[in-house]
Amino acid sequence: MMRFGIKAGLAAAIMAVGLSAAVSAPANAAGDAKHPAEMNWQFDGLFGTYDRNALRRGFQVYKEVCASCHSLNQIAFRNLSQEGGPEFSEAEVKAIAKEYLVEDGPDDYGDMFERDALPRDKFPSPYPNENAARAANGGAYPPDLSLITKARGGGADYIHALLSGYEEAPEGVEMRAGLYYNPYMAGGKIAMPVPLLEELVEYSDGTEATVEQMSMDVTHFLNWTAEPELEQRKRMGFMVLIYLSIFAGLMFFSMRKIWADLH
Amino acid sequence: MSGESTYNPSNGFTKWMDSRLPILRLAHDSFIDYPTPKNLNYWWTFGGILTFCLVTQIITGIILAMHYTPHVDFAFNSVEHIMRNVNYGWLIRYIHANGASMFFLAVYIHIFRGLYYGSYKAPREVLWILGVIIYLLMMAAAFLGYVLPWGQMSLWGATVITNLFGAIPLIGENVAIWLWGGYSIDNPTLNRFFSLHYLIPFLIFGVVILHIWALHVPGNNNPVGISVKGKQDTVPFHPYYTVKDGFALTVFIILFAYFIFFAPNVLGHADNYIQANPLVTPAHIVPEWYLLPFYAILRAVPDKLGGVALMFGAILILFLLPWLDTSKVRSARYRPLFRQFYALLVLDCLLLGYLGAQPAEGIYIVLARIGTVYYFAHFLVVLPVLGIVEKPKAVPESISEPVLGAQPAE
Repeated sequence: MMRFGIKAGLAAAIMAVGLSAAVSAPANAAGDAKHPAEMNWQFDGLFGTYDRNALRRGFQVYKEVCASCHSLNQIAFRNLSQEGGPEFSEAEVKAIAKEYLVEDGPDDYGDMFERDALPRDKFPSPYPNENAARAANGGAYPPDLSLITKARGGGADYIHALLSGYEEAPEGVEMRAGLYYNPYMAGGKIAMPVPLLEELVEYSDGTEATVEQMSMDVTHFLNWTAEPELEQRKRMGFMVLIYLSIFAGLMFFSMRKIWADLH
Repeated sequence: MSGESTYNPSNGFTKWMDSRLPILRLAHDSFIDYPTPKNLNYWWTFGGILTFCLVTQIITGIILAMHYTPHVDFAFNSVEHIMRNVNYGWLIRYIHANGASMFFLAVYIHIFRGLYYGSYKAPREVLWILGVIIYLLMMAAAFLGYVLPWGQMSLWGATVITNLFGAIPLIGENVAIWLWGGYSIDNPTLNRFFSLHYLIPFLIFGVVILHIWALHVPGNNNPVGISVKGKQDTVPFHPYYTVKDGFALTVFIILFAYFIFFAPNVLGHADNYIQANPLVTPAHIVPEWYLLPFYAILRAVPDKLGGVALMFGAILILFLLPWLDTSKVRSARYRPLFRQFYALLVLDCLLLGYLGAQPAEGIYIVLARIGTVYYFAHFLVVLPVLGIVEKPKAVPESISEPVLGAQPAE
């Protein structure tokens, strides 16, 4: 009876994983768009961690390229020095924040005023509101990037493929002014102009700034903004699995001993 | 409960308590000395697993509610605040979000175990009906909870579901407005959904107590499906089933932990990380995986009211199951024909689940219609007829002598 039981339990677990995989996969498939290539990210897998240098380079790409149109609403400057992130020093974070102006107030006279940003401030948005953003971008609204890798089916692979996957529109595809051809976008047309060009930024660590490199780096950074807890989560998860496996073993042998006198 | 109470208060305090509020006696008789058939297999461990799921959802939910803001302008950001700034907030939220999926996974195994071993038949009809009520309440709680993060799927899923009530003739439109608290899904809707989402788990808890009570009067069914004949057929619940349930629960938590720590978002939809926007409709509106079979039935019917009726009918029909199945034999082990139709029903439900995630067009619609027809035919035609035409295999004399089942037991 015991052996049959284990088989049943195993079958239940397999059914569980199979069922959820079978059911969730088609729900996330992205329409008619080209399927993004699967990249080998350091943050994937059971022991995934972020590459600090990639995060820092990615932050530079965000700051010098993406930030002119895209906000990063959920992120404060102080987050840049948090464990599991780019881990800039506190002095570096202060210096980064100082490059930005934020609105504060009202002061004692009731007036709003601008001041240098502090580590506790969130990244200011490039536009005062959605209407201004649309007006400046031909009617399209550049989405906030804080959660972008979680908010798109395909995640980091998709973001990387989109950023580096612009092509000439194939013959017969009519492109309206202000739209660009990108096979990874559902429908193939995207309002964002080609964002990355060779040597667009100058990396302070001397890495060559190819389109592929910048696209990988900024996607790495954006995966961190979406999942800043990832390193802590995976580390804890591994310990939890070890603990539970040992505990399950103890439970199993206790059960064998308790049931033994019945047979 | 079945049998005499064997509780023996051992010291002054427990004796004093026992003559005033015999709650320790109740606990002893229900969870320690409760006589349990000795042949229960692992499919019977999901009752305990489900209790664990419910308690986990309530505890994590109470903590989340301390940090969550039910307002259309703040809800989405308050969830991100939980994920980023609350200590271990990401852990609590991922447990709660994946906990819902684990809860449904366990309840589906629990329900299909009952279907296989005939646990809904006399004398357990009330036990079964209470279970269906719990399942209905679970679906309500899950749907309401999915709206709270106020992402795109929250808003549009809520739009689809509440619009179903608009299909009710004459009063439908007013019912929808009443549910929304306005003329569309907006802040009043989010507020009341939060309130109800907090309420329903406690209703579930109450019905679970009734469910366990209704279990402990006739006692457990078991894999051979014949009633307990005497002491030789049972073992005390503790330690035999506390340790067996404990082992199964630990294995279940390993699967649960895998999702929490390594794949916390695969069971969700990416669009729910985009803040709700009434002006932008997502390309495909899909419910969470555990509601997909019903979604497939809803869309299989070309008429809206008909679709809504069949979707709710698919659940309501379960209330009648104890009287639709005319066979006196409980366990499918001794029902060769029923076993085949049972397998067909399992495949049918998986197929409907798959179709619920596909666009409602072409071949998918055709298959969904076939699946829907079989689902209802299984309960309304197959089960009543099988009980009459099927010749069951010989059932053993007692739980202790299942080996003798090979010989005909006249």
